Amino acid sequence: MSSVEERVRKIVVEQLGVKEEEVTMDASFVDDLGADSLDTVELVMALEEEFETEIPDEDAEKITKVKEAVDYVNAHLG
Amino acid sequence: MSDSILAGEIALVTGASRGIGAAIADELARLGAKVAGTATTETGAARIAERLGAAAEGCIGLCLDVTKQASVDAALVAVEEQLGSKPTILVNNAGITRDNLLMRMKEAEWDAILDTNLTSAFRLCKACARSMTKARHGRIINVSSVVGVSGNAGQCNYAASKAGLIGFSKSLARELGPRGITVNVVAPGFIDTDMTRELPEAQRDALLASIPLGRLGAAEEIAAAVAFLAMPAAAYITGQTIHVNGGMLMV
Ligand SMILES: NC(=O)c1ccc[n+]([C@@H]2O[C@H](COP(=O)([O-])OP(=O)(O)OC[C@H]3O[C@@H](n4cnc5c(N)ncnc54)[C@H](OP(=O)(O)O)[C@@H]3O)[C@@H](O)[C@H]2O)c1
Repeated sequence: MSSVEERVRKIVVEQLGVKEEEVTMDASFVDDLGADSLDTVELVMALEEEFETEIPDEDAEKITKVKEAVDYVNAHLG
Repeated sequence: MSDSILAGEIALVTGASRGIGAAIADELARLGAKVAGTATTETGAARIAERLGAAAEGCIGLCLDVTKQASVDAALVAVEEQLGSKPTILVNNAGITRDNLLMRMKEAEWDAILDTNLTSAFRLCKACARSMTKARHGRIINVSSVVGVSGNAGQCNYAASKAGLIGFSKSLARELGPRGITVNVVAPGFIDTDMTRELPEAQRDALLASIPLGRLGAAEEIAAAVAFLAMPAAAYITGQTIHVNGGMLMV
């Protein structure tokens, strides 16, 4: 089983069509990885599916960087 | 035109128990889509299932109140369970009138119309957008009215709801366009259904005089426009309003 970080990064690569090395923990989806607002909504949808959970809109809005996604999953799915 | 041009599509048509919605459901089913048609009662839903089922396989009738979020959610679950996936074609057709002069109009009459005719589209589009986005494919067709563009005395509430649908559809077309989803509007004129049979004779005659083609439209003539927008041939049309009104209003 791969780590949460690996799984999140894989989703980001797939969803945003970016290179793996670009997906650093500090990368911002919009500013660094070229995502638009619809991309970020889809990214959250993909995270929900991968981790079989529902991410409420209030929380989803706060996930703007790779690290924040990893932290969210770790905090909520232990 | 191939009769199975919509094969593989799952269509949800609200208000399919009678009038325009029934004709739309029938036409989409004829073209090969699996259709879920809705009514507000279980008996109505059963009748839709019977009617559609007799013509095509894999079509169902559902009970839906578009003013209730829980009912919308349940209908979407039912479509997925019974037809195999969430809708790829959504037709927001359910609509009502509650005519009155503004000075006499109760806030409840205003609210009921906005909720049933406009907020319903918000609820249903939101419920369908996710799966359509993922699939990179979807057709949303909202049924407005000529009155939403021309205005009509006694129908401030109805016209506002129908004009609202047009602005809503244009915005959603811009949001979802990048994902291969089109959002369009069909604006019927004066169509022969229960809704127009309620009109007083004098008003009916006056309306007829304003229609260049000199007659009421048939529900099937609205269904044809809706079906076209659902077809592969219409893939490059989005954010538009198709007026089907016998020339009553030329835009
Ligand atoms: N007829 C016209 O001349 C005309 C002109 C312009 C636009 N339109 C629009 O075309 C659409 C269809 O009109 P129509 O003439 O076919 O109407 P209709 O014959 O009166 O049928 C209305 C349909 O909407 C359903 N409905 C009503 N309230 C609902 C609710 N809360 N939740 C879910 N479904 C509901 C009804 O279900 P039940 O059978 O269970 O009550 C019925 O299937 C409407 O949006 C209307 O505004 C009609």
